[in-house]
Amino acid sequence: MTLELKGVSKRVGGEVHIYETSLALAESGFNILLGSTLAGKTSLMQLMAGLERPASGEIWFDGKNVTGVSVQQRNVSMVHQQFINYPNLSVFENIASPLRVARLPSQEITRRVESVAELLRLSPMLKRKPAELSGGQQQRTALARALVKDSDLVLLDEPLANLDFKLREELRDELPRLFADRGCTVVYATTEPAEALLLGGHTATLYEGRVTQFGETSRIYRAPKDLVSARVFSDPPINTAAVQRQGDTIILNEQVRWPANGLAMPDGPYTVGIRPHHLTPRAAGANAVQVSGQVQVTELSGSESIIHFDLEGRSWVSQSHGIHPHEVGEVASFFIDTERCLYFGPDEALVA
Amino acid sequence: MPRLRGLPLMLYIIFLMLPIYWLLNMSFKTTNEILGGFSLWPHEFTLDNYREIFTDPTWYSGYINSITYVVMNTVISITVALPAAYAFSRYRFIGDKHLFFWLLSNRMAPPAVFALPFFQLYSAVGLFDTPFAVALAHCLFNIPLAVWILEGFMSGVPRELDETAYVDGYSFPRFFFKIFIPNISSGIGVAAFFCFMFSWVELLLAKTLTAVEAKPIAATMTRTASTSGYELGLLAAAGALTIIPGAIVIYFVRNYIAKGFALGRV
Repeated sequence: MTLELKGVSKRVGGEVHIYETSLALAESGFNILLGSTLAGKTSLMQLMAGLERPASGEIWFDGKNVTGVSVQQRNVSMVHQQFINYPNLSVFENIASPLRVARLPSQEITRRVESVAELLRLSPMLKRKPAELSGGQQQRTALARALVKDSDLVLLDEPLANLDFKLREELRDELPRLFADRGCTVVYATTEPAEALLLGGHTATLYEGRVTQFGETSRIYRAPKDLVSARVFSDPPINTAAVQRQGDTIILNEQVRWPANGLAMPDGPYTVGIRPHHLTPRAAGANAVQVSGQVQVTELSGSESIIHFDLEGRSWVSQSHGIHPHEVGEVASFFIDTERCLYFGPDEALVA
Repeated sequence: MPRLRGLPLMLYIIFLMLPIYWLLNMSFKTTNEILGGFSLWPHEFTLDNYREIFTDPTWYSGYINSITYVVMNTVISITVALPAAYAFSRYRFIGDKHLFFWLLSNRMAPPAVFALPFFQLYSAVGLFDTPFAVALAHCLFNIPLAVWILEGFMSGVPRELDETAYVDGYSFPRFFFKIFIPNISSGIGVAAFFCFMFSWVELLLAKTLTAVEAKPIAATMTRTASTSGYELGLLAAAGALTIIPGAIVIYFVRNYIAKGFALGRV
């Protein structure tokens, strides 16, 4: 099943929610919509599902134009961030509901519901009402309803965001397995770059109603097309600074400069992007250079240190393994792994 | 100490229940005893007053008329208010907020304002002195109220539920009746209760728009004197019977009312 958006846009009142977007989703694996809140992930999904009509453009399923086709006529299913089930129906009837609407024979319905319930470990709960289930089970019920339909397009709108972290990890591991051999296109919206990387597949980065880049997740992460995509796909936020290339050297300031080995870009001003884990308290890589700044905030988790420090008026973030305690206010040194830096031109496009 | 703490509550309940007790007390007395002097309980206990009401058509038809227009009004109000409230809770359209407020402001005008135009209009179209006249007139107040209450309950149902149902293949009517209405049943209960109560206690319009055929109980009850002089015992019995339907209805919706309060719509 293929899904293609051709110049689709969406306006609500005078506001543009989705700027003209063209996107051809990958047929297998996950298509991840990555962007912060209000980036337009849900709006884009509503357009894909047919819940909303685009202001312009066309939507094609399997080579057919379905722009004007109602959501009921498209074979899609959707899971929302909130645990949405029909409160007045039992779990069994909740899962069965798309099949009941499609008027399948009741034996067939029972068979399919039971097999999906088995898969999602809901079998003992089939007689209960959704309100009597835990959050994880409620979301499983919603997923089961999406699965039982055998739809061509499955839209998952931040399905794990309202779950606690343990359930989230558990369900995140299960998800790709659940959809693996169903031959459906899965679209998965998330705000977390880490989740996108864990799920793999393809990713579209969204920023303020625009798809800034689409491609294989790992490739997009390694080579963001521009600064905006790099910002969307970085958590903690990517560190940036204005630099100058002069001959064989990249100059950040008087003290901090590093060799521009093999960078195919002419002399001139650039913006350097340094991911937080390439800015560490210990030197990494052959050409690490040292910067120092005043520590503002330190976040020490069990095995990781995130240190925010001030560098000439900019707030930079360092992310590193191990515990590196620093007092707030003290001046600490960090090392830039200069071989992993991203360089963006004056138009914010990636140059090297 | 615990006994003392309960004392103010006891006094308050006695204070509240006193008029009702007195009404019941009177309904079991003869008119002579009521007029004869002060007595805390009926000395000549009699059921004649009730017997009279249940056998005399001028009395019991009042109840039938009242119930008829009250039920008609409740059904019309809820039927009309459901789609209206859905539109207010789910769609944005030009002037929606103003319209919503304007609906409510209808309730601010005293019924007397509408009595004259309704009287003239219904006389002209031949609706005067029918239960339908009163039922329709009460809609003026009850539909806005029902829309207001139902909108609160509907907005409490996430929009994603609608979307999920459409994605599952439900058509709008099927979704509305099979999924949505069961989800706001408590809201419908509360709205119906308020429509019922308002229509049941409203006197002015009901009295103005009826004469003989559709005379409501409230009109029958409030005439203090008849050809046979004061019938206080009879009136008290009628009053006691008038409380019953309200009490029955409130018993059924007592749990939902609290939810309505939580939504700020009651």
